[in-house]
Amino acid sequence: MDNVIIDLQHVSHSYDGKQVLDDINLQIRQGEFVTLLGPSGCGKTTTLRLIAGFLSPEEGSILLEGKNLKDVPPYKRPLNTVFQRYALFPHLDVYDNIAFGLKLQKVPSDEIDKRVRKVLKMVSMTDYEDRNVDSLSGGQQQRVAIARALVNQPKVLLLDEPLAALDLKMRKDMQIELKEMHKKLGITFIYVTHDQEEALTLSDTIVVMDRGRIQQVGTPTDIYNEPKNSFVADFIGESNILNGLMIKDRRVRFAGYEFDCVDEGFGENAPVDVVVRPEDVQIRKDQSKSMFFGTVTSCTFKGVYYQLFVNTETGYELMAQDFRQFEVGSRVGLCILPENIQVMNTERICNTFEATVVDENHVEFLSYEFECGHADLPAGSKALVTVSFGKVDLMDHQEDGMIAGEVSSILYKGDHYHITVLLDSGDYIYADTQDIWDKGDLVGVNILPQDINVARADD
Amino acid sequence: MIKRSSWALPYLIFMIFFVALPLVLILVYAFQDGSGNFSFENVLRFFSDSDAIATFALSLEVAIENTVLCILIGYPAAWILANKKYNRSAVTIILFILPMWINALMRTLATAELFNVLGIRLGKGTLLFGMVYDYLPFMIYPIYNVLNKMDKSFAEAAEDLGANPFQVFWKVTVPLSMPGVRSGILMVFMPTVSTFAISEFLTNGKIKLFGTIIQENINSSMWNYGAALSLIMLMIIGLTTLISGDSGKAAAGGAAI
Repeated sequence: MDNVIIDLQHVSHSYDGKQVLDDINLQIRQGEFVTLLGPSGCGKTTTLRLIAGFLSPEEGSILLEGKNLKDVPPYKRPLNTVFQRYALFPHLDVYDNIAFGLKLQKVPSDEIDKRVRKVLKMVSMTDYEDRNVDSLSGGQQQRVAIARALVNQPKVLLLDEPLAALDLKMRKDMQIELKEMHKKLGITFIYVTHDQEEALTLSDTIVVMDRGRIQQVGTPTDIYNEPKNSFVADFIGESNILNGLMIKDRRVRFAGYEFDCVDEGFGENAPVDVVVRPEDVQIRKDQSKSMFFGTVTSCTFKGVYYQLFVNTETGYELMAQDFRQFEVGSRVGLCILPENIQVMNTERICNTFEATVVDENHVEFLSYEFECGHADLPAGSKALVTVSFGKVDLMDHQEDGMIAGEVSSILYKGDHYHITVLLDSGDYIYADTQDIWDKGDLVGVNILPQDINVARADD
Repeated sequence: MIKRSSWALPYLIFMIFFVALPLVLILVYAFQDGSGNFSFENVLRFFSDSDAIATFALSLEVAIENTVLCILIGYPAAWILANKKYNRSAVTIILFILPMWINALMRTLATAELFNVLGIRLGKGTLLFGMVYDYLPFMIYPIYNVLNKMDKSFAEAAEDLGANPFQVFWKVTVPLSMPGVRSGILMVFMPTVSTFAISEFLTNGKIKLFGTIIQENINSSMWNYGAALSLIMLMIIGLTTLISGDSGKAAAGGAAI
């Protein structure tokens, strides 16, 4: 790892008191195509802006070829950015836009001319020198923006969702061109996107981010085949994510059945998350070779394959893919091979909060005084409160709840939804429910006294 | 059922009586002699009236000086107001708008009184002070408006391409804010040419501007000559608007504050 070009060490950042990056550690190698991938608000653009120098990290440091960039303003960094909305200067034509950086460096004009023409050729925009940038299509503006950045021969090219504004066909073409440009130039690309398919297509390395933290770093195949947690599994591609129980090494129970698997080291009877990609849920014609059975509830043609939803006899819903069509209502045999079962550590098994005991029937956490069954602790002492996911009650109206929040993500777990609620206090609470919620729904949260378990906090 | 277009009727009547008719009257009076016959005499008289021409030249000079001063003071002010780093509250912007809520005449009288108390002699200096004081907001707003709406990624892109803050300002911010400056010029230059109250109060009538002459002529019932002078002024204003080309659009943007 001696050819590290960019090194982020313990980088944290916040906006208006809201933590957007939390202890980011990332090393990017010379010549790598790295994609920062995540949903909006995950901190990926902030990371890019920190590298470019438009923001400076509140904590931690960013190193370029071993040198700290702390006191280096953006105009002195050998990096160039392709902006999401291109930011081409409307008062300059295509040529002058591209020559902008070179003119500032006082490069001789015949040299400028040579280099501008070279990059224009590379982005297939020859003959557009004199055009007004406003008269160009989105795709053409995109090419000029890339040319404007590349003409300065940066050590690292930063791209902030550069294809987001293009239509699908154009996006696919540009992806191929970007990939070829990267191969030809050999410089480091740092690419920000929320489009998982784009990330899988383009990158050497994908950095999956969520809520200001890096969830997983790996090659596209690593990320797809061996997601580290349920967030990554859910965000990349389609998947069945289920609660599981690791019975012992190489033996896991989920969806009401026991399976052989290839994972070990989780311990015995440990709760885990299990991921099975829909293409790995095999439908068997010969029912004697099936491991379990289910009923087809829907079968949709997707072009190359049919997408099926199958209800197992144990009451779980699984997504499967097959090139054959199955009738809705028909009984099918199913099979999942050991190597296709991905077992992951579950991030949490119940809600856990730090709390303060108010009196023997009340405990305060999440900035609210909850009634609880019985707190066997002296008033004022610190306690640890646990509430199981299924006991968190979500209400349609915020005012019906003891505390209020907003649904921030939904994970389908085969027989229930695992909902993450961002509370007004800034904390998260997790709820398991059969009800369907949408991201952004405003909800009230209730917890019954008998469902609040109070334990002594270990100092 | 009333037709949609008839909703415009009240405005049409208003326009006819208060815009079109006065303009026609100016035209009619300008090309009439005292007894009501058609004549070019009034218009021609201006070109042989050296006093009037000198005043006209002075008016243009004062208007140009005022406009330049307004840009020099107004641009930095607008830039600071639009810059989140220096100005985080809307209150500062209100403070700049506040003087406009008071009648210009009253402000001018108050300024004159202030100079009187301070013992400053009234003259061209005080005239320019009063003009800048009165017209500065009209320069600040359109520029502030353009700067405030400007996509900050332009500045970031320039910085990213190697421009230091000084170069970002001159190579990107200033060129991109020109529409605001143009509409500011229109909103300051044209009214300054025709003003008369400021010069009267702030120079004690010592300096006469073109507007003053028109007012004097009309006050002494020289309707025809006054109308001819007004017509000439209108032509000048029309010409400036045409020269500033596409700034009509910019002016609309600037005026929509």
